[in-house]
Amino acid sequence: MSGVRLLVGTKKGAFVITSDGKREKWDVSGPHFGGWEIYHMKGSPVDPNRIYASQTSGWFGQLVQRSNDGGKTWEPVGNKFVYDGVPGTHQWYDGTAHPWEFKRVWHLEPSLTDPDTVYAGVEDAAIFRTTDGGQNWEELSGLRGHGTGPRWQPGAGGMCLHTILLDQNVPGRMFIAISAAGAFRTDDGGKTWKPINQGLNSKFLPDPTAEVGHCVHRIATHKARPGVLFMQKHWDVMRSENAGDLWTEVSGNLPTDFGFVIDVHAHEPETIYVVPIKSDSEHYPLEGKLSVYRSRTGGNEWQELTKGLPQHDCYVNVLRDAMAVDSLDKCGVYFGTTGGQVYCSADAGDSWSAVVQNLPGVLSVEVQTLP
Amino acid sequence: MSTATIRVELPAHLRTLARVGAEISMEVPRNAEGRVTTRLILDALEASYPMLCGTIRDHGTHKRRAFLRFFACAEDLSHESPDAPLPEEVASGKEPFLIVGAIAGG
Repeated sequence: MSGVRLLVGTKKGAFVITSDGKREKWDVSGPHFGGWEIYHMKGSPVDPNRIYASQTSGWFGQLVQRSNDGGKTWEPVGNKFVYDGVPGTHQWYDGTAHPWEFKRVWHLEPSLTDPDTVYAGVEDAAIFRTTDGGQNWEELSGLRGHGTGPRWQPGAGGMCLHTILLDQNVPGRMFIAISAAGAFRTDDGGKTWKPINQGLNSKFLPDPTAEVGHCVHRIATHKARPGVLFMQKHWDVMRSENAGDLWTEVSGNLPTDFGFVIDVHAHEPETIYVVPIKSDSEHYPLEGKLSVYRSRTGGNEWQELTKGLPQHDCYVNVLRDAMAVDSLDKCGVYFGTTGGQVYCSADAGDSWSAVVQNLPGVLSVEVQTLP
Repeated sequence: MSTATIRVELPAHLRTLARVGAEISMEVPRNAEGRVTTRLILDALEASYPMLCGTIRDHGTHKRRAFLRFFACAEDLSHESPDAPLPEEVASGKEPFLIVGAIAGG
């Protein structure tokens, strides 16, 4: 019988949570790396037992862990992330030039074809790649070096490269997103990059439609249709039909279009999910009611989903890497909260139940669909 | 080149990472003056336990990570030059070289 494996990164360790295809009963393993922040874990699409984890600490810096047995055992691999050449400067909060400094890995994206190749999105924003299973990391410096880097600036959470999407249809094409610089695309495997922020409008910028500087919180796509992108921006939910060349707003009837996560149904490319958050200064759901919103029309028309979610006194946040979908039928949708809950919907969002309720604050959720 | 047998204590998280107990005993080469330094200890420590690379000092600059401290013989040596000679009690193994996580955070 098929099943699922959740990879949950928290502020105090990693948890590997499994269930069969019914997704009703869960086995929790962890904490792995107790006491460390686990920003992200993700498995290889071609070898699901190969999992990579970003383990970080204010005291001890960055580690990368690798498992070859589905998260039962782990070994540390390379943690040397050195910017290519002279790092240069980006904008600091006060507008002054600030040198690029590596802080942590926010996101690990294994290759679609090779379990030893992984991309890492880091803070201060850059993308690195390993081709030897994590032992050595090399910056794809064309991103930082393409010209707009000195105008990038950190958001409240730091200047992080938090999203990496690999296009399975167009060889060499990748999308990344940075807070607060915006979205970028490469069509040559990471050698050269272009900003893809036309159509974004950010009122916190002196030029709201600037080429870079936008606080993109997350982008998502359906793997069968990667040229259609969805974005949760600082404010605004956006959509692009042309691989990011132009974005249009699809916030529609959302009660607030601030939020962090966005994801796409595994089988329905026009069905998307967001978790609206009250505002940029109040990072919790409206009126203490936790709701997921689903659009079956690729945006604009949104349906509130609340069944099984707390509808009073709920003041958690859902961070940008903390939503995932499985590929079972019906599609499972998962998200984790800063309050330590992980919720699952085994019916594409119609109803929800808690997988776990009292973990440390959840930083990331990924799910693997197992044979 | 002569060596000294040095005792090193690591913070709990680094003991777990390196899969060692409360104290490590290891051979550290002495410098040309016959002294042991912080740099020589950390070089030897990272050579024996490569998973610790980058966790105590920065990969590139070898600058001590901000929330770690180096203590020995009831002295804070954190701000000394990494090439300054350490007390003979450390070089002789009488006293351990302590790598300590600063009290911070929650």
